[in-house]
Amino acid sequence: MRSETAGDVVRAKEMDETVSEFFRRTILKIPLTEMMTILKTWNFLSENQLQTVNFRQRKESLVQDLVLLCEENRASLNDAALLDIIYTQFHRHQKVWDVFQMSKGPGEDTDLFDMEQFKSSFKKILKRALKNVTVSFRDAEENAVWIRIAWGTQYGKPNQYKPAYVVYYSQTPYAFTSSSQLKSNLPLLGQTFETHNSTTPLQERSLGLDINMDSRIIHENKTEKERVQRVTQEIFGDYPQPRLEFAQYKLETKFKSDLNGGILAEREEPLRCLVKFSSPHLLEALKSLAPAGIADAPLSPLLTCIPNKGMNYFKIRDK
Amino acid sequence: MSVLRPLDKLPGLNTATILLVGTEDVLLQQLAEAMLKEDCTSELKVHLAKSLPLPSNVNRPRIDLIVFVVNLHSKHSLRNVEESLHHVDAAFFLGKVSFLATGAGRESHCSIHRNTVMKLAHTYRSPLLFCDLEIEDFRATMAQRLVRMLQICAGHVPSVSALNLLSLLQNSENPSLEDL
Repeated sequence: MRSETAGDVVRAKEMDETVSEFFRRTILKIPLTEMMTILKTWNFLSENQLQTVNFRQRKESLVQDLVLLCEENRASLNDAALLDIIYTQFHRHQKVWDVFQMSKGPGEDTDLFDMEQFKSSFKKILKRALKNVTVSFRDAEENAVWIRIAWGTQYGKPNQYKPAYVVYYSQTPYAFTSSSQLKSNLPLLGQTFETHNSTTPLQERSLGLDINMDSRIIHENKTEKERVQRVTQEIFGDYPQPRLEFAQYKLETKFKSDLNGGILAEREEPLRCLVKFSSPHLLEALKSLAPAGIADAPLSPLLTCIPNKGMNYFKIRDK
Repeated sequence: MSVLRPLDKLPGLNTATILLVGTEDVLLQQLAEAMLKEDCTSELKVHLAKSLPLPSNVNRPRIDLIVFVVNLHSKHSLRNVEESLHHVDAAFFLGKVSFLATGAGRESHCSIHRNTVMKLAHTYRSPLLFCDLEIEDFRATMAQRLVRMLQICAGHVPSVSALNLLSLLQNSENPSLEDL
């Protein structure tokens, strides 16, 4: 324990103010319904401390109480960064992620991966390149690590409110990044990863219905079922779809019919029609249509183009 | 063999085979599992098909009962059944075919009217059963019923034939068909 000089005390107080403001704003972001879960996951405030807080009061007062508790525990910037990571993990679907695939350079060996070594050298490399940067780590499932990076400049302290996130699955060559800022720092991240490659292929996960657990049940259309599964997998992939809640199609087309004539067929004006699909998870619902036998595979490209085009409002007109 | 015939094969010893035809695979699978849970002296086999005709060049046992499953929420499932019916020999309709309509409980989701399936069943002189297959208890009850029907159709119940059963079902269940 070193003796504190007056200067130190003043500096410590200053740091606390920006840190406690960071705490305040981070905790304020958390919806009340998730507050307990996130605080417990964070595991920084003890059970006893949490019990002293009234979670039913107005949010601003609740946040104030929690920040006071953090100060009591002498929370550091790192603790706040960790809380921010946890918040982001809970709200990962609200961010836009880019995927990077790393490739092995010629002649490089496959090293055995050590997580702790990776973390320490990652931090070292970043700090060497840019002095003012906050780097925090949190381990996650399946050999993954969440990295939070708050960027500063040569003379300015890191901006904690626009961090970048990198999620790296160590047994794979893939890293996911999300940034709240300009992507000017990406090349730096890329360089940082150069020493840590892995050519282990991704575990294959297949979406397979359990066909036939009882041998007394025979599926006559097995080939067709397999075709549907294959087509669905080709279009939608193996992994969960992005979460989308609705898609809207505005049609302005002339009436087309296989039957000859009819009143509508002679109509010059296009018909106007609005079709809206809504669901708690629209793309997963569309993905399950053909396997469930509700629609034929492949589905209409109007439905399957949604992730590719990044659109969910469509106007369909005659050519 | 693109048309199913009821008596073109010899029966297996103590075996009764049912064919469930319908687009909604999950429901058919669940119904099949529920049927196989029943205690039954006969050896049961359940074949599931999306539509007819069945793939040829496959060795399959004699089919004793065909149940066409229509989901009232889906016009696609009705159309599928209508087209599949063309591949069934007329002799099957002497008590060895039944229709099952599911989804009547959620009326707001129904895009097919009850009368449509009733008319279809009447056209083919076959019984129509209603059951919300999504509900486990109803499904279990229906499974029991189907097992019993299957045993009769396979000739495993003495003194009752498929034709007897058909006349019994038609008289008691569909008294107002003439009004349609």
